Amino acid sequence: MSSFSNYDRDDNLFGDDDDEEQEKDAYLDADVSRELLVYLIDASPEMFSPYRNQNENDVEETYFNAVIKAVTKDMKTRIISRDRDEVAVCFFNTREKRNFQESEGVFVFQASDQPNQDELSQPTARLIKDFSTINDNFDKDIGSRAGVTAGSRENPLYNALWIAQGLLRKGSVKNSSKRILLFTNIDDPFSDADPAFKRDMRRTTIQRARDAQDLGIVIDVFPLAQTGTNFNIGMFYSDMIDMTEEEKDNYVVIASDRLDSMVNQMQKRLFKKRTVRRLTLSLPNGMKLALQSFALFRPATPGSTAWVDSFDNKLLKSERSFLCSDTGALLTEPLLRFQEFKSHKVCFSLKELAEVKRITDIQLQLLGFKPLIYLKDYHNLRPSTFLYPDEERVSGSTTAFISLYKAMLRLKKFGVAFLGSSCRMVALVAQAEISNEFGQVEPPGIHMIYLPYSDDIRHIEKMHGSMESPLSKASDEQIQKAMAMIKKIDLKDFTYANYSNPALQRHYAILEAIALKEDDFELADPKDDTLPPEEQMLKPTIAQSVKAFKDSVYGPNHDLEEEEAAAQKLKGTAAAQKRKAAEDMASYDYDKYDWNELADTGKLKDLTITDLRIYLIKNKLQVTGKKDVIINRILTHLGK
Amino acid sequence: MDMLIKKAGPGKKGNKHIFLITDGESFVKDSAEDETKEEQVDKLAMRLFEHGMKLDAVVVKSKSGFYKSKVRLENESLLKRFARCPQVEVAFVDTATSLLGAIKPRHITPVTLYRGDLELTPNMTVKVWVYKKVAEERLPTLKKYSDKAPSGAPHATHEVKMDIEYKSMEDPDKTVPPDQRTKAYQYGPQLVPISSVVEDALKLKTEKGVKLIGFTDASNVSRHYYMKEANIFIPEPGNSKSILAFSALARAMKQLDKVAIVRCVWRQGQAGVVIGVLTPYIAAEENFPDCFYFNILPFMEDAREFPFKSLDNLPSNMQPSISQQEAADKLVKLFDLAPEDQEERLSPERTLNPVLQRWYQFLHHKHMDAGAEGPPLDDALRTVVEPDQELVTEVEFVIKSFNNQFVLKPIEEKHKRHGEFWKEKEEERKGDDSAMEDVSQISFDSLTARKVSAIGSIQPVQDFEAMLARRDSDEWVPKAIREMKKLIIDLLDSAYKGNTYEKSMSCLSALRKGCVEQGEPLEFNSFLRDLASKCRGKRLNDFWDLVLDRRITLINKEEAPDSDVSEEEALAFISKERAAEVAREPAQEEEIDEMEALLGEVV
Repeated sequence: MSSFSNYDRDDNLFGDDDDEEQEKDAYLDADVSRELLVYLIDASPEMFSPYRNQNENDVEETYFNAVIKAVTKDMKTRIISRDRDEVAVCFFNTREKRNFQESEGVFVFQASDQPNQDELSQPTARLIKDFSTINDNFDKDIGSRAGVTAGSRENPLYNALWIAQGLLRKGSVKNSSKRILLFTNIDDPFSDADPAFKRDMRRTTIQRARDAQDLGIVIDVFPLAQTGTNFNIGMFYSDMIDMTEEEKDNYVVIASDRLDSMVNQMQKRLFKKRTVRRLTLSLPNGMKLALQSFALFRPATPGSTAWVDSFDNKLLKSERSFLCSDTGALLTEPLLRFQEFKSHKVCFSLKELAEVKRITDIQLQLLGFKPLIYLKDYHNLRPSTFLYPDEERVSGSTTAFISLYKAMLRLKKFGVAFLGSSCRMVALVAQAEISNEFGQVEPPGIHMIYLPYSDDIRHIEKMHGSMESPLSKASDEQIQKAMAMIKKIDLKDFTYANYSNPALQRHYAILEAIALKEDDFELADPKDDTLPPEEQMLKPTIAQSVKAFKDSVYGPNHDLEEEEAAAQKLKGTAAAQKRKAAEDMASYDYDKYDWNELADTGKLKDLTITDLRIYLIKNKLQVTGKKDVIINRILTHLGK
Repeated sequence: MDMLIKKAGPGKKGNKHIFLITDGESFVKDSAEDETKEEQVDKLAMRLFEHGMKLDAVVVKSKSGFYKSKVRLENESLLKRFARCPQVEVAFVDTATSLLGAIKPRHITPVTLYRGDLELTPNMTVKVWVYKKVAEERLPTLKKYSDKAPSGAPHATHEVKMDIEYKSMEDPDKTVPPDQRTKAYQYGPQLVPISSVVEDALKLKTEKGVKLIGFTDASNVSRHYYMKEANIFIPEPGNSKSILAFSALARAMKQLDKVAIVRCVWRQGQAGVVIGVLTPYIAAEENFPDCFYFNILPFMEDAREFPFKSLDNLPSNMQPSISQQEAADKLVKLFDLAPEDQEERLSPERTLNPVLQRWYQFLHHKHMDAGAEGPPLDDALRTVVEPDQELVTEVEFVIKSFNNQFVLKPIEEKHKRHGEFWKEKEEERKGDDSAMEDVSQISFDSLTARKVSAIGSIQPVQDFEAMLARRDSDEWVPKAIREMKKLIIDLLDSAYKGNTYEKSMSCLSALRKGCVEQGEPLEFNSFLRDLASKCRGKRLNDFWDLVLDRRITLINKEEAPDSDVSEEEALAFISKERAAEVAREPAQEEEIDEMEALLGEVV
């Protein structure tokens, strides 16, 4: 059960603390979810060859540039959603070298404000900024050079893997996951090598990569196909990262016309699983299945805020104390709580309150099944939680889970259960696995949906019915017109993943600009993905079908009628006319009183509120309020 | 029914809310005047409407089975007619749980969240009102109580004021006044101070409005995407054009199985926008408008897309057998909360929040008696928390047969000392890379998944691990160790020019790891000593070199308490070996040099 400590924190005794509980549980695992990461970017001349970016008006862009953009985006995403990750950027096939081993052809990138940073670090605004504008000085500071060349025994790829592994030495595998993201558009890095060394280079590089993998480092290759050629993953890289045949077949090479999808792909590979908590599902008659639950959807919010001293920008700590309102005495926790009831203060101890909430010790109790049609669209309170069997705690859970999951899918039913920790009824909805060419879209398992109680549901549908006559319903012809329109304005591949939260994007863009001390931070205004495509909506085919629908339900003269109505409105609604009349009256009556004298002699209070309002209306002041408030307002207006 | 007619009769003003709880079995008298009963009902409904009264009628169904008396049928049809009036709710219930849920003592007058245009395109708008459809009713927030006021003081508030002081981290005595504080936001590791002027710039500037982004197939929006409490879009009341447009859209969407994606800003200048989905709702009665339910969808930033293993591709011994699947099908089919012809049990509309119910009861008790104990859960709400015993008894055979089909065994937490385990792993990595490569790629699931009962020569390390992971018998651990030893010897015996050394080495280090984890150090130590005598100075001497090279040594007491050697002894085991070897065979060094020469200096 929840501890008492969090009651003090927000004074919210019952509110959301089961969410908090969940979050707290999440923190238990939070350590594991930290990612340490090295972006290993090929800087060979091939990467600087141009391709046509068809998504952005056919602009010519280099592969290198596309990678920089994608990595920048990736770092920014990490700031928003995973601020404990640490990264380093490392180029290979470079002219200059900078790394702790002094190896040739490898350049570890550092933010300009931290030149001696030789370690992984959380991405900072400066690092991102410097990195995203690296093109300006790349040639001067770092320079590109062909990797393995004939006659040379230098193997920059080998060196780079070695350096990356060295960078990742910090942190244990247990509480962080380590990854190398490798970007290149050369499928065979040793094609130009001296035949005498080629085999060995290949062998040692593979060995190097495998050594890294044995240390728990995952190597992810992002192969970019050059225009007109294929990236043959089997040439070298599949051996390097030890792929199975199946993986090799499924490996997505990012074609040159789809480099933009690189960002999406990185996104997909970004998150490691996180168990929110372990749950036990109890069936009637005592059977218990072990489950793991995952938070697949939770609203992302702008990072936390803190108070700093405005002189030195140093963090402040807050200290709270409780004072008795009656005596001013300093109080110490734990205090009793009270609720006003029939004008009495009824007191409760924290223990009693916790006890009220504790209805059952069972974590998740299955109550039965219902057909899916009984799950209404409004039966929703919070983001869902995903359940997957946990064989590690109870063997056999997986088999039982699969059997129920399959039965629910086949019979189109969902389970109803009671979630003890938050005292909520939940729906257990089976979700079949869905995959597309990029991988899994919907993981297989059961989604737990939080159901409302009757206390939470409002009956709005019936609030505005008409008593006298049935309301007009659409005719078949009108429905046909609507269908034609719907088909025209169709989002074929709608997915929420196409929409960034514009408020978050703006928050972080501006924050980044301020962090970099850019004066015109207002310029950093990211695009709002959520605005409807108005230009498209006005295209003739769509506009026609919309017009047809509009004429069909509103009648052909709708706009004209609306205009007339608007004109009518301008003349004044009943209320406005009344107000006007009152004003006329006021100016007529206004002169009956000598307001100044009344004020000076303190006789205003002898007038009625209605009389006082005459002054207010005449002078266009707020007319509401109690008498003393109104008198005060008048006095202020008179300058007394 | 008679009562109702009297109560709602003319002249009873001020009576705003009527609860009618009836079994619906009493006969309704015909009116003295020449009115039909239907006309009476309509008249009453009109009157209720005029007086702004609300009527909640709850008809409790008797458990007498499916037979309904004629009186009852007539009354039900009358009540259903009544229900067409906006002010009247009629509920038919047959359990005490639902009865509680159907009566709503606290009534909230809903307020609109938004009134304005639903913009389909810039040229086509529909007037809508948006309400909350679901709003979580929470337990009240209790205030802190101070008992410091002198007893008997009549005007004591007993309230508690909270005082927050901000202090410097370095100097705990230094209090920083409010005007010297600045808010700071987190950007990665940095804290960025933001003045209140600039803070405004962080906020998105939004224009009030609800705009259509497009329609899409209902299958593109999964149920579990819904993020929050649902809202409802209704056409502007009294606006017949909007009502008609809603009707056409809702029905067309229903037919095409489409939903609409909309972007909403409810208030001018609201801090963010939401994207949501509209799903059509076709009103059952003619005099209510068709409308849409609205649910907020996640943004890209809100989703965590983890890949999960496909359930179909799990090994066959984890898949349910045909009889298991049949038992599950039966359970899902018959453990049914909404069988045909019966009232749906535990419908959210009819189920009270047990915590709230309990809380208000407790509050009442405490008010009467400050020492009152927390009340037990109301019996009628037991079925929300526990399976309905009645239902369970009904389908007991299905539940039993399901339970009998599956063997669920809790696995005891392993009492592994983590620090040690990882240290061991580290050592192993230094010692043997190739073995770890195999091991690291199998997850625990796949280990337990494959019920391995013998170690084959194809993937011996995996087999070995899998056998150790089996929990269904104590026999597996000794058997796995025994077979592993045998396999290593076999591999070495069949070695030709060292071709099986790598594999043997993987097996050896896996064996070592296994023995440490399973607490069988003696098994390994004796084996390693045997191996030493088998190899040293013989045909397999080069393998032994490899063992020393990778520093695979005896398991010491630190690693496994049952061991017979200390850490120093274990180290000495290989260093002594090495020293002896160097002393004994100086000639071999030359050989190695030659090898290096052959390979070139590439390594």
